[in-house]
Amino acid sequence: MIDSLYIAWKYIRFNKARTVTLIACITLIGFLPVSLELLLDESEQQLMSRAATTPLVVGAKGSSLDLVMNTLYFGDEVPELITMAASDRVMQTDLALPIPVYVRFRARGHPIVGTTLDYFEFRGLKVAEGQQMAVLGDCVVGAGAAEKLRLKPGDELVSSPENMFDLAGIYPLKMKVTGVLKKSHTPDDLAVFVDLKTAWVIQGLGHGHQDVTVLKDPTLVLKRTEDNVAATAKLYHYMEITDENINSFHFHGHMTGYPVTAVIAAPYDAKSGTILQGRYLSKEERHQIVEPEEVIDGLLQNIFRIKNVLDAVISVVALATVMAIILVFALSIRLRQREMETVFKLGCSRMTMARLVASEILLIVVASGLLCTGMVLLVDQFSNDLVRTLFIR
Amino acid sequence: MIHIESLIFHYPSGEFRLEIPAFTVARGEKMAVIGPSGSGKTTLLNLISGIMTPVKGTLNVDNIKVNELGDTERRVFRISNIGFVFQDFELLDYLNVLDNILHPYRITSALKMDRVVKQRAMALAKEMGIGDKLRRMANKLSQGEKQRAAICRALLPQPKLILADEATGNLDPDNKVLILDSLFRAVEEQDATLLAVTHDHELLKRFDRVVDFRKFQGMDAS
Repeated sequence: MIDSLYIAWKYIRFNKARTVTLIACITLIGFLPVSLELLLDESEQQLMSRAATTPLVVGAKGSSLDLVMNTLYFGDEVPELITMAASDRVMQTDLALPIPVYVRFRARGHPIVGTTLDYFEFRGLKVAEGQQMAVLGDCVVGAGAAEKLRLKPGDELVSSPENMFDLAGIYPLKMKVTGVLKKSHTPDDLAVFVDLKTAWVIQGLGHGHQDVTVLKDPTLVLKRTEDNVAATAKLYHYMEITDENINSFHFHGHMTGYPVTAVIAAPYDAKSGTILQGRYLSKEERHQIVEPEEVIDGLLQNIFRIKNVLDAVISVVALATVMAIILVFALSIRLRQREMETVFKLGCSRMTMARLVASEILLIVVASGLLCTGMVLLVDQFSNDLVRTLFIR
Repeated sequence: MIHIESLIFHYPSGEFRLEIPAFTVARGEKMAVIGPSGSGKTTLLNLISGIMTPVKGTLNVDNIKVNELGDTERRVFRISNIGFVFQDFELLDYLNVLDNILHPYRITSALKMDRVVKQRAMALAKEMGIGDKLRRMANKLSQGEKQRAAICRALLPQPKLILADEATGNLDPDNKVLILDSLFRAVEEQDATLLAVTHDHELLKRFDRVVDFRKFQGMDAS
């Protein structure tokens, strides 16, 4: 048997292109359905566990899926904005604790989540390093984001402009990292948390003023006289809230009119939750209240329906590939007829010949199996991140 | 060594028919078989080696009635007694020279491979002038080197009988002489019998005896 394997190994090594093609085909036949199953299981688990721990979400009427994906998983699609009045309304019912969230901006690819300290308590998020955000411009980052962006307390992080060509629009804010959260294996790991007011500053709703009389950079001053200083329109790359200018930051108007993307409502008990849901049933109602678990369940049903179709397609492709592989082996045996005659003349029995071919198939199948296992293990290892990248973003 | 009597061979269909009333090769003899294409020279080698079986007649090799052996016995007989040198070398491209020479040992349990066999294979290759090419793949060899490797493969099990089917057919004149020299030397050293089919009339004088196959087909063998 060892001699058969040795000869088979030499043969498949010599015919590299054919071997690589066969191994790739067999590997894919195994890898595709297994990894798909794995990713779907992981996505189901991730989506459902997060949804199950978020009882109710209040948002603007429209796509409930966009609302839930943005509020729970910080998805890219920003739902229609509501105002802080929606949060106050929940508070006034005395049925649930409102936690406003504003998920609209990003910093180096990571979502900036504007919220209140209640959010951290609600999600059970603890600061592992540094301390909780305290003043305007502070942020705490999730463990995954800190790792990817190589951030630690004391570092700075600049928010990304919403539109590269809108210079008068959303202006980047340089935030101070005050803490890094403990890993929670949820989308919170990849987020950057700021206070709602900081999120509003990023949007330009809150701003500070510079005292041009004390500007030291000569390029900022156009003309300086005894009783007047004319500043240039020099463009800053970003805003920064410092100890020196923090007191100049202020907001115009009443904050109840300030935007948020959603309000997480944590009812005090099941009955309160039901009553609260009832308050949003009117036809004139501009807000909707959704149960994330129901929304995600609907999404998963659709995913599994698509998966069934995919399974069928993969089965047909796998069958066609297996038949093609059998054909390749059959043709290969035919092409090697002369070689086999020689080997037969040298004294090889038909059984040994069959063993040689079987050894080649065995080696290719084992190599494919190992490769497939390795790839599946790799997918399993990174399924958490992959699911977030592929399905949730 | 080889004794054939009243041998008849033909395929189940087709017109080819080989009839050999009597044919003998003595032990240690170096015999050349000549004849036109299709006269049955290669068929004779296949019958002697037990690859094919005659329809009728007697075929003895070293007092073994080859035509009466079963399939497995004929295969074992072939492995143990006969070294075959093919016209087109029939080396396996995916093996290097050493693996090609050792190949018969890897495909049958009748030959046992050990360190001594490997050393003998290397010594034989050195003797044949390809000792420095043992690790080279077969498809990277020149025609002459391929045939030397094929001869080494045939000689390694130390067969009593060597059948060479146009072993010099694909070689240039210089290589023909060199290969034949190597083959004759090895045959003498191993005290073996050589039956070689050839079209090369210039080389015939080096054989002990020459048999023209036209005589078995009623052709003029003068």
